[in-house]
Amino acid sequence: MGRIPRKYLINRLITLALTVLIAASMIWVIPRLSPVDPAEIALGRMASGAGAVANAEEILAQLRAQMGIDQPLIVQYFKYLKGALVFDFGLSTATFPTPVSALIAQALPWTLGLMILSLVITFVIGNLLGALMVWDHSPKLAKVAIPAAMVFTSIPPILSGLLLMWIFAAKLRWFPLTGAYGLTVDPGWNWAFVQSVLHHGFLPAMAIVIVTFGFWALGMRGLMITVQGEDYVKLAEAKGLKPRYILYRYMIRNAILPQITAFALKIGLLIAGQVLVERIFAYNGMGKLLYDAILDQDFPVIQGVSYVIILITALSVFIVDLIYPFIDPRIRHEGG
Amino acid sequence: MTSTDHQAEIAADKAARKRAKRMKRFDNPWLNPKLIWGAGLLLAIVALGLIGRMLWNLELVYTGSTPLKLPPLGFENLRKQPGVLDYPLGTDGSGRDILALIIMGAPNSLFVGLLASLIGMSTGIVLGFTAGFVGGRTDDVIRVLSDVMITIPPLLILVVFQSAFGDVSLTMMALLIAGFVWQSPTRLIRAQVLSMKQSGYVQMAQLSGASTTDIMFKEMLPNLIPYLFGSFIASVTTAIVTAVGLEVLGLGPQRIPTLGRTIYEAINAGALIQNLWWWWGIPTLLLATMFIGLLLINLGLDEVSNPRLRKA
Repeated sequence: MGRIPRKYLINRLITLALTVLIAASMIWVIPRLSPVDPAEIALGRMASGAGAVANAEEILAQLRAQMGIDQPLIVQYFKYLKGALVFDFGLSTATFPTPVSALIAQALPWTLGLMILSLVITFVIGNLLGALMVWDHSPKLAKVAIPAAMVFTSIPPILSGLLLMWIFAAKLRWFPLTGAYGLTVDPGWNWAFVQSVLHHGFLPAMAIVIVTFGFWALGMRGLMITVQGEDYVKLAEAKGLKPRYILYRYMIRNAILPQITAFALKIGLLIAGQVLVERIFAYNGMGKLLYDAILDQDFPVIQGVSYVIILITALSVFIVDLIYPFIDPRIRHEGG
Repeated sequence: MTSTDHQAEIAADKAARKRAKRMKRFDNPWLNPKLIWGAGLLLAIVALGLIGRMLWNLELVYTGSTPLKLPPLGFENLRKQPGVLDYPLGTDGSGRDILALIIMGAPNSLFVGLLASLIGMSTGIVLGFTAGFVGGRTDDVIRVLSDVMITIPPLLILVVFQSAFGDVSLTMMALLIAGFVWQSPTRLIRAQVLSMKQSGYVQMAQLSGASTTDIMFKEMLPNLIPYLFGSFIASVTTAIVTAVGLEVLGLGPQRIPTLGRTIYEAINAGALIQNLWWWWGIPTLLLATMFIGLLLINLGLDEVSNPRLRKA
């Protein structure tokens, strides 16, 4: 407890760096193995706009120079890695010449906002319900209803999203079908906008919440069963403390810690699932950006979005690994 | 100790043994209800695919082979057309029979999941055993590699791949996904091998001169089976989730029907607003059934490998 052993820190840092490097390399290598020439795609886009293109060869060469794909592969690779370090992925080909980083900067806050919101909700609800499943004093209903709700855990959030969209947006019209805010409000810090954002964000967040809370509830149940038998809980009961006080202060507090590690392992899948939820809700985040880029064959954007999401995942895992011993003093960093 | 005491003890002992025997017969952990229900759900989907192929007219998966947007039997669509017996689950927006679509599509998803995790598992078994047994540099490389790969979400790499290469076959997709489901089995097996190496029976086998492969496959592997099954089911789930994710982004195989692609087409055609719920709803329901089946199997397997859960 206290300081992080240097060897452990270095170990985690190397893993983090390797993760990002390998992911970035895969993203770079894969499109280069494909016979598709991005310059030709760009030219094709011009041609379809203008009808015909004169001096096609010249323009192609120019485009290649602009995209940097006329240089030797090794030079391209290191240029790309250097760019990736500062989030420079070149220019979007579909919305030429917008830099990819600008597009990502626009989309990222939406994704992070939705992610953090739904994570906090699931973490709280999931752990509380998991604890109630074990607690002696919880209502009968909780012990029957919660395991039944657990079945949803296995379903990916796109499916729950579709269901919620249909019931609450298409049928009941309580919530808007798509988008992250209404077309009639001005983006900015005004009440109408915030209200609209919350209104639009509710269903996507719920789609994620109802399929993820069970994961935490299940884990919490197992941990609570262990904690229940501990001597300090028995002593607290013998002292005559209120059951509710024992639940929060003695049981949940001790059981919740290992849940945080589980979180680190799950985060990659969660983010990937959220990308898909954003796609079906046409939510203005990374998922929609990615989907539009796929439709337009906009490789720089596809690469940029994938890279940023992988980076977020790797960073979250790294941070959880590092702070974990601070949260739970019983755990020490393995010598690594 | 008197003789009556002794006899009573023997009788009690007999009764206990009898009960234990009966418990053993009925308490086979592999026959727990979760496992049976889960397997039943998956088998039902496989049966739908197999029996459907024999009984149903599969020509109806081609575009334009049916009237457009007919509802399932017993329902009406927005144009007040009733469902007809020829297309009992309704038809989609480009004239395909939903029943034929799911008969063709549902086994495809399972196939991708099974193939990807079979390959992933085999890789994991080999790498895990190697890392645990050989140790040293080899172990370091395998451990770091699996630590690194486990944080990379497969969906995003595969999005890059499939958008670069366009159409992929079902097998190709499974192979690609397999590249991302070997990490957890590798880690799991490595950890188990390391702890088993210290156990008496493995050391006994080593002392009696058994070969390394014998120790690996005859002594250790049988003890790993419940874990391996659990890990296998978990990777099937990951593989199917990833495959469906790619399909919903419009990136899966383009020329064969898949459940994810059907959902993709339904969303793009605005099926939600047009109230064509059967178009996206039936594939969704089928996928949900598949995932619930896999979850039940996984919970059931937990009970097999962790007897403490059984009493609860």
